[in-house]
Amino acid sequence: MELIFSPEQQSFRMEVRQWLAANVPKEKLPTYDTKAGFELHRQWERKLHEAGFSMVMWPKEYGGRGCDLTDWLIFEEEYYGAGAPGRVNQNGQLLLGSTLLEFGTPEQKSHFLPRMASSDDMWAQAWSEPNAGSDMANISSKAIRDGDHYVVNGQKTWSTRATYADWAFGLFRSEVGSKRHHGLSFLMVPLDAEGVTIRPIKALDGEDAFAEIFFDNVKVPVEHRIGDEGKGWHVAMATAGFERGLLLRSPARFQQPVRKLVKLYRDNKAYADRDPSIGVAVAKCWADAEAYALSAYNTVGRVGRGDKIGAESSLNKVFWSELDLLIHQTAMNILGSSGELLACAPLAEERAYWLEGFLFSQAGPIYAGANEIQRNIVAERVLGLPR
Amino acid sequence: MDFTFTEDQLMFREAISRFLMTEAAPETLREIWETADGRCPELRSQMATQGLTALSVPEDNGGLGMGDIAWSLMTQELGYYGIPDSLADTAYVGAGLFSALNDSVVGKGDYLTKICDGELRLAIGHESSPLVADAHLAEVLLLQHGDEVHLVPSEQISDVVNPSIDSSRRLSQVNWQATPETCIASGEAGEKIWNETLNRGALSVAGQLLGLAQRMLDLTVDYSVQRKQFGKEIGSFQAVKHHLADVAGKIEIAKPVLYRAACSLENNHPLSDIHVSQARNFCSEAAALAARHGIQIHGAMGYTWEVDLQMFMKRSWALNNTWGDNIFHKARVQDYVLNSDVDLAPSKTFEEA
Ligand SMILES: Cc1cc2nc3c(=O)[nH]c(=O)nc-3n(C[C@H](O)[C@H](O)[C@H](O)COP(=O)(O)OP(=O)(O)OC[C@H]3O[C@@H](n4cnc5c(N)ncnc54)[C@H](O)[C@@H]3O)c2cc1C
Repeated sequence: MELIFSPEQQSFRMEVRQWLAANVPKEKLPTYDTKAGFELHRQWERKLHEAGFSMVMWPKEYGGRGCDLTDWLIFEEEYYGAGAPGRVNQNGQLLLGSTLLEFGTPEQKSHFLPRMASSDDMWAQAWSEPNAGSDMANISSKAIRDGDHYVVNGQKTWSTRATYADWAFGLFRSEVGSKRHHGLSFLMVPLDAEGVTIRPIKALDGEDAFAEIFFDNVKVPVEHRIGDEGKGWHVAMATAGFERGLLLRSPARFQQPVRKLVKLYRDNKAYADRDPSIGVAVAKCWADAEAYALSAYNTVGRVGRGDKIGAESSLNKVFWSELDLLIHQTAMNILGSSGELLACAPLAEERAYWLEGFLFSQAGPIYAGANEIQRNIVAERVLGLPR
Repeated sequence: MDFTFTEDQLMFREAISRFLMTEAAPETLREIWETADGRCPELRSQMATQGLTALSVPEDNGGLGMGDIAWSLMTQELGYYGIPDSLADTAYVGAGLFSALNDSVVGKGDYLTKICDGELRLAIGHESSPLVADAHLAEVLLLQHGDEVHLVPSEQISDVVNPSIDSSRRLSQVNWQATPETCIASGEAGEKIWNETLNRGALSVAGQLLGLAQRMLDLTVDYSVQRKQFGKEIGSFQAVKHHLADVAGKIEIAKPVLYRAACSLENNHPLSDIHVSQARNFCSEAAALAARHGIQIHGAMGYTWEVDLQMFMKRSWALNNTWGDNIFHKARVQDYVLNSDVDLAPSKTFEEA
């Protein structure tokens, strides 16, 4: 055990830091939940990609930099630390990307990964359906094989950024009459295909953050299937593992707001200390975010030694989502009466950062598998309790 | 950057765990409780044979020369099997203190060799606690007097036993007189030694609390698949599952925090104080929740003397406030976060802040 960075890691950090200092937009980009904001974020992604920083841990041939996961954590620390824009294409890059690297054919990898790294293709996830939320095995959207393509019919919902995205990926029932997690196939579907209808859904902040996707006899070539026909559940579970595990929420994603929370507290100390529980909560946020970072480095070390991230990734998901709630609730408590102001309010100034994060933190324990489901998974698969 | 243990460290832990599983079963520990001095010389010498007492004694004194990192695995085993205080206090905290002393201190090498061979019983009195664990059997005591370290033979003290809720603990109020003859370090050096010793004691307790948490979780999982109500195992009820999942979560997140603190202490990291207290806080939270949910899921059985949960639960309550109480460790972290002017950027996790 040696918890210091090598000279190479240090110089990688410096390179990232300098590039970000010179290139991160001075003004915050408008939210990617609007068409204009989405395109501005795409441009930022292109810039990142040109500098070789889009997907640092992917192999070079697919548009990455060939770094290891420790470098990725370093990159993330610098990225969040610099206040750089949110990663608009992350559901594709981090989740589908990992799936393709593991399960994709050589053709799929060389076609889709570079376009994803450069954000020429923007991706949305399409798992959930009106009757398949927590119970994802209840998926009923169909993909029926017809020669060299599938005919897709049905409906997906809650698909983040599908309003503006180019592609979606998810599970479809390819075997007629199959039940639960059998007979599902993992497909990638272009959202401009004939028969696809997108209906945006306004999220808590009133923006079109996610969407319903309707499929009416949409033709999807067989080459757009990942993994074997009818074996999509297995492929999808790997993706879900990545999401809950390390990739979706890197520690820096929480350490940066904690850094700001500490500053917010220190700047308003006399006011905040009228309730001693606030300081306690701020210190807990720091300790938890730090612990999450330590746990990530520890996991990376173990993965490097060949360990698999198993059901314990469910514990991660519960931990970061509850931490995010505490960070933002504590900030709102410090802000007091100005916490409710929208960014456009003249008196809001920088404070709206907290409101935005507070709203989104409410979704953390729901998306990527609700926390109740994660606790079930831990109890049954880690502790071995009966169903 | 390498956040993993070596094969040697992992195998050693495995061996100690297997040894304690058979030699320190709950029935055995309960028998030892009933003896007059509450300690079992045979068990101690067996542990020495296993190499446990040699772990952090320097190689020059016949030891294995490992440090806090290796101990962060061992203390979890000691906690898991409810091994009484004197082993960790002597072989880990005591060995650390002796090693930190100036080589001119008379008997330093001999004491280390005796620790290594499992022949020394030692008690350490730090001012964070008014009572000293295992003073009743100690051959010598290391006692704090301000910034002074005193090495006091047992003939020069008198002790008044103060029983604890943890039946394995033997606490004494120690009456003694600080004299120039017993003083073996003082001033800045003494202060540094005591601070390091407090950190090492706290880390020892942190590891033990984490082991205790795991033991309580395991006992409770076992119970919840044996006990049936409403025609099914109580472990199949979701309220019970979620309680246990939360305990598992507290344990998992505490591990890397403990290991980082051990690494910091071993390498004299400038933030060792903070890292150790952070580890103590995480481990004690894990143990507290494991105890609370443990007794809840055991129902009335958990409230009995007979069921073994009590042994580990009570030990976790007792250890929770030793080597710096909860308030001390919480306050150290809070003070760092709230009252310093360090910019806590995401890149600072392993950099000096
Ligand atoms: C911001 C946001 C973004 C999202 N983005 C996407 C996306 O891009 N693509 C996509 O496919 N989906 C997305 N989702 C949907 C998300 O995956 C689902 O919301 C989630 O799986 C829960 O399903 P549900 O909303 O239908 O809730 P339900 O399944 O109806 O659950 C409602 C409540 O009941 C509880 N519950 C259900 N079953 C059990 C059980 N067995 N035991 C205990 N409690 C239970 C749940 O935990 C929850 O508290 C997103 C959701 C949000 C909020």
